[in-house]
Amino acid sequence: MIDAIPDKISRKFKEKDQFDLNRNSQYYLLPFRFHRLTDEKEIIVNEVGDYLILSNGTFESIVKRKLDKEKDKDLYGDLIANFFISEELIPPLIDVLATRYRTKKLFLNYFTGLHIFVISLRCEHTCHYCQVSRVTQNRDLYDMSLSNIDKGIDIMFKSPNPHVTMEFQGGEALLAFDHIKYAVEKAEQIAIEIGKGLTKVICTNLALINEEILEYCKEHDILISTSLDGPKYVHDKNRNKPNASSYELAIKGIELSRKLLGHDRVSALMTTTKLSLDYPTEIVEEYFNLGFQGIFLRNISPYGFALRTDTSKYETEKFLAFYKKALDRILEYNFSGYHFTEDLAKIFLTKILTPFNVGFVDLQSPAGLINGVIVFNYDGGVYATDESRMLAEQKDYTFKLGTLNDDYNDLFFGRKAQEIAQLWANEALTGCSECAFQQYCGADPVHNHATQGDMYGYRPNSDFCQKNMEIIRYLIELMESDSRIKRIFESWAKTATH
Amino acid sequence: MLLRTKGKPINIEGHLVGKVTRNPDLLDENSFLLIDSFVSELPSKNFMGVLSRQDEYEVKNGENVVFKIPTLDHLTDGDIVSVGNDGNINTLYRVNSFHNTLLATERCNSNCLMCSQPPRDKNDIPIHYQIHKKLIPLIPKDCFELGISGGEPTLMGNLFFDLLSQIKAELPETEIHVLTNGRTFAWNHMAERLGELDYRRLMLGIPVYADYYQVHDYIVQAENAFYQTILGLHNLARYNQRLEVRVVLHKQSIPRLTRLAKYIYKNLPFVEHVTFMGLEFVGYAPHNIDKLWIDPFDYQNELGEAVEFLAGQGMHVSIYNTPLCILPENLWKYARKSISDWKNDYLPECATCTKLGECGGLFTWNLKKHSKHIHPFTS
Ligand code: SF4
Ligand code: SF4
Repeated sequence: MIDAIPDKISRKFKEKDQFDLNRNSQYYLLPFRFHRLTDEKEIIVNEVGDYLILSNGTFESIVKRKLDKEKDKDLYGDLIANFFISEELIPPLIDVLATRYRTKKLFLNYFTGLHIFVISLRCEHTCHYCQVSRVTQNRDLYDMSLSNIDKGIDIMFKSPNPHVTMEFQGGEALLAFDHIKYAVEKAEQIAIEIGKGLTKVICTNLALINEEILEYCKEHDILISTSLDGPKYVHDKNRNKPNASSYELAIKGIELSRKLLGHDRVSALMTTTKLSLDYPTEIVEEYFNLGFQGIFLRNISPYGFALRTDTSKYETEKFLAFYKKALDRILEYNFSGYHFTEDLAKIFLTKILTPFNVGFVDLQSPAGLINGVIVFNYDGGVYATDESRMLAEQKDYTFKLGTLNDDYNDLFFGRKAQEIAQLWANEALTGCSECAFQQYCGADPVHNHATQGDMYGYRPNSDFCQKNMEIIRYLIELMESDSRIKRIFESWAKTATH
Repeated sequence: MLLRTKGKPINIEGHLVGKVTRNPDLLDENSFLLIDSFVSELPSKNFMGVLSRQDEYEVKNGENVVFKIPTLDHLTDGDIVSVGNDGNINTLYRVNSFHNTLLATERCNSNCLMCSQPPRDKNDIPIHYQIHKKLIPLIPKDCFELGISGGEPTLMGNLFFDLLSQIKAELPETEIHVLTNGRTFAWNHMAERLGELDYRRLMLGIPVYADYYQVHDYIVQAENAFYQTILGLHNLARYNQRLEVRVVLHKQSIPRLTRLAKYIYKNLPFVEHVTFMGLEFVGYAPHNIDKLWIDPFDYQNELGEAVEFLAGQGMHVSIYNTPLCILPENLWKYARKSISDWKNDYLPECATCTKLGECGGLFTWNLKKHSKHIHPFTS
């Protein structure tokens, strides 16, 4: 190596144009996609999610090779630096691009992490949108049996993932608290034996929470995830509890849980219903006033509503209007110095603004069903997602992978899984394959099936597509029009990756 | 700060490397006795030689001597020097400084427009290596940090790894900071070999001046340098090396600075530290000053945006070589007193400045070329 340097080399300084590696201005296109943002602006996004905002018509001149290297010096530099075009057929930094692509798909590295145990289908609430739960005392029929718990745990620990999460859902999970205890203690012991990380979560409406249960959660390091739909008048209308206020029980439960477990051990999720759509600001304020760090504005679930294509476009428009109003309020909090996030935006922004990614079941590609999450139903059925088992309550078993008696490989790599896997990558779905937001979005075969009748889905009237495309577009529009918002969004994206 | 001096040699063969002391009791086979004025008798033990200011010197026991040295005032007990058969006495290590650096070679495969230590093409690698090999065992074990610079140290080839292995063995507690342009690590095997050293106290400082190759290549005056450096950084990251990206601020690097910040975050998020450095008016810089000069005051918007973006993403960022009075107050928390003691100075007007104690000041050579906006703080 030493001899690679001749003893006499010229050290005379050269001009900049002598460092142009491509004097004839020919360039190659790397994979990227475009989308018209507004009447003036368009966006191009490359294979790893980096984007450039351009004035309309620029995309055309790029692909038609009409760029002038001198005249469009800055743009040309941007396109080369950001992997949109290359001066060589194989870009000199293709290995860097490959590393970045791997980083974006890192959520696939470990396979299934989240294992949902539907520990009981029984519930003491009678929420009108819930078509799943049963008000009954019949434990034999509607609680997960100890032997099924054993089998579920066994399958969970077969996951190659070094850290698994076991999440107890219902019905109301706490109605079967004795079974939760059994499952927790058994799983903890095995986790220690085989050296795997284990996170435990109980999803509960908190109506039944008490100090004894919380002491147990504390001792076993269990997280609490609850439902809160907004202020009392929204929450109680959504969540009917005979002879009581679900809202008041939830608030009391949150306070008690925070007191005994610590503030950050309790999270809340909202379900957007038709009623919620009228109260975007109030719902956000409720979460803020309760001291949460953010809110996840979730789409109206099509499962309870049996939402179908004909009505969904209108419903989605209403949801988007709701979403934007709520986001406005959230941004106001941020303008006045609070760190308060919207978590759907946070997922998108992590993909848009950072070199990293977050796995989220229907906002990743390949989708997170099976390879990220699996559901063990109370009756021993194994389903691809939480929504899949809700479909099953409507007698639709499309996403039933088998039962807990089946072999691990048959469940996770069997025919059903293979069938779903054909359609779980948006790179390979018509409409998505050429969509500029492909890297930011995801695929949801379950949703497609539930709303459009087949797993493949049809993007032009898909509410999933309509919602994601508009939210992504809107987030970008906000950032580009206001540098304060960009700062705020950057800080949200950062918290998702640290 | 004086780092080299010269006298008349007697008996010296090749290069001797030793500590210096004025105290005969501390003399051992690895040290020189410093003689500022006449002494009648030399201690009767085995030591490396005598460095003396005396105009005349009479050899008594065939000892190694350099005499008629104009001054020894710059040497403190414990400093380490090399003494050549030409009478040159170079200070290699200063015991009271935090900024000791080994010059690996003056050769370089780049030729940066603003190089502060312009490269020379003579093959000086074996001689430097021989000297360092003798020097390293003499460095106090509690040495906090040691730099290795050039030229381009990796041009040492195998010797580069030998040097690092020796330092790792001799100075296990010392932080090592190597300044390299990173280009040789575009060869994966070079990075792999460094990885094999498993050297957690080693940090590589690697310059990236733009996100677009032509700008970077022009600044470093080497074709393909940008691509090599970026590949090098990735290869080094693959072997878990600790990395610092260094950006020198001047007229050529400022226009794409905010883009560079994004590029670093997107493509090099694994780097441990990003440093932005004011231009040094030394080496090639005066010659190329028309191509390089922009008053630091005039690039504070770009600098602020780059720094706050990276810091906002959770990256560790520092600003070097920039007086506080130039920086907007929101950037003060990133400013470090970075200039090595021996090349650090202040302007006359700084004497009245209330921030003098916190300010890193200027390079001595920048007293001749500095921002027009330096003004002392009054409260
Ligand atoms: S669902 Fe729609 S927004 Fe998402 S990638 Fe597909 S086409 Fe794009
Ligand atoms: S006046 Fe001098 S000491 Fe004060 S901030 Fe400026 S450079 Fe530093």
